[in-house]
Amino acid sequence: MKMLTVAGAPSCGKSSVIIQLLRKLMKENIRPAVVKFDCVSGQDGALYEKEKIPVRTALAGSLCPDHFYVSNIKGAWDWALSLNADILITESAGLCSRCSPHLKGIHAVCVIDNLSGVNTPRKVGPMLRTADTVIITKGDIVSQAEREVFAYRVRRANPAASVLAVNGLSGQGIFAFAKTVMESKNPDSLEGIVLRFSMPAALCSYCLGERKVGHDFQIGNTKTVNFEN
Amino acid sequence: MNSLPLAKMLEKNPVLEDFFLTYRLPEPEAAMSPEEFFAAIPESVLAENGTDRVMLLNHWQLFLSQIDEFAVSHGNLSSLEILGGLDKGGHDEPVRRLLLKPGDVLSVVGPTGAGKSQLLEDIECLAQGDTPSRRRILVNGAEPDDSLRFSVDRRLVAQLSQNMNFVMDLCVADFLNMHAESRMIENPHLLVEEIFETAIGLAGEPFTMNTPVTDLSGGQSRALMIADVACLSSSPVVLIDEIENAGVDRDKALKLLIRSEKLVLIVTHDPSLALMAPRRLVIADGAMSVLVERTESELSLLEELRTQAAKLYDIRRRLRSGESL
Repeated sequence: MKMLTVAGAPSCGKSSVIIQLLRKLMKENIRPAVVKFDCVSGQDGALYEKEKIPVRTALAGSLCPDHFYVSNIKGAWDWALSLNADILITESAGLCSRCSPHLKGIHAVCVIDNLSGVNTPRKVGPMLRTADTVIITKGDIVSQAEREVFAYRVRRANPAASVLAVNGLSGQGIFAFAKTVMESKNPDSLEGIVLRFSMPAALCSYCLGERKVGHDFQIGNTKTVNFEN
Repeated sequence: MNSLPLAKMLEKNPVLEDFFLTYRLPEPEAAMSPEEFFAAIPESVLAENGTDRVMLLNHWQLFLSQIDEFAVSHGNLSSLEILGGLDKGGHDEPVRRLLLKPGDVLSVVGPTGAGKSQLLEDIECLAQGDTPSRRRILVNGAEPDDSLRFSVDRRLVAQLSQNMNFVMDLCVADFLNMHAESRMIENPHLLVEEIFETAIGLAGEPFTMNTPVTDLSGGQSRALMIADVACLSSSPVVLIDEIENAGVDRDKALKLLIRSEKLVLIVTHDPSLALMAPRRLVIADGAMSVLVERTESELSLLEELRTQAAKLYDIRRRLRSGESL
């Protein structure tokens, strides 16, 4: 089974790109499975159901979404296997820009949109920097110059990735993405797979539900800023 | 290059500063070699940048190797050839071969849903019999390699459409400078000035270098986009999806693109825009059904349409200035 980790900020067009990709792959009789990792309830599951794409939504709720993601990735894989899927796609929003769901040996995709501003490629962390493919969306509504500047900045932030433009609405550009995906290879099991980049530590009183602010309440792995100078 | 002190490398190649900006790295001390510099970055700085030492070094090497690539333009396109594929019913499409050269203008016409978008996508991704139309596109007479097909910064095709807007929060001058910078142009001022003057010449109503790009009217935006594509875009092919009639001089715009040796494709439902091209391709049922050369009588029809448009423009001007007609 092929696997793909797709990450990107909320509303950048992840679901649209995945749906365009799967519409194309399903025409070639490829059976997909999608797991949507989210923090709070979203409506994206319905989008996939409408396309007859098997989907599970996994909600982190009160947990750190990316730690939640890692602890459920094996389960997602097993679920997709049980469906006899040919390709599993995980979709997640890297909410803190410091997290990345990308795994070594599994094709990693970051979606980023032209409307997010030219400085965004510099601000997005490992989710963009460790990706194999970066998909730039919403190019149909900005000028050619802005598209060129944006693509250049993305390329600068991750010189190792192949950078593609996809229109999530019309599907323009999906051909190149589908080709990249079909040529990607990954192991037959998740045994021994590691994250491409460590996740931020979370081990303090606030992880355990503390809500009071102040010196006396912050216990554990905390970092304080020196505001003096 | 790697054995030079890093500070020297930066001096010789200011483009490298971008890497330091992207990764928010401190300025290197004068004598430090790249190896020493990267080895000395504290773990905490790496973590705050969302990177680690291995990734950073790897990206640095790639960055160095790509510098020349960024500066490459596609000035070397000499021909684009579309080899016919199949229509929606799976039959051979009538037009079997279409040769296009820089400076050519081709209009693409046909009802909505006929397959104009597929043709554009075929050209954009340089199809090799692997899209639904089964068309093949040859670049300079040969099959293009994958890096030309699938990399966003080596795109052959620039696009202009009515739906495109400026979204950056910058004035015209800063905007053009930023674009020039991304094209590695070292002294962009003259070029920026030229683009600005050209855009003013195309736009019906003037604007200034200090106008925020988001404040430009539809016609002004289109004029600036066209001037920018003509003078600064790396792509030798320009796909135009309609240009509004109001506020931008379309004849001048086309002449400008032709002068810049662009290969221009215009998808349009507007008769006068369609007639501005010496050849027009008719799309029907997913196929390139016929290639029509513009006739002499069509050329005089175009003149007639221009006269009518000028008349309409004059009426508009008089209405706006408070005259009674």
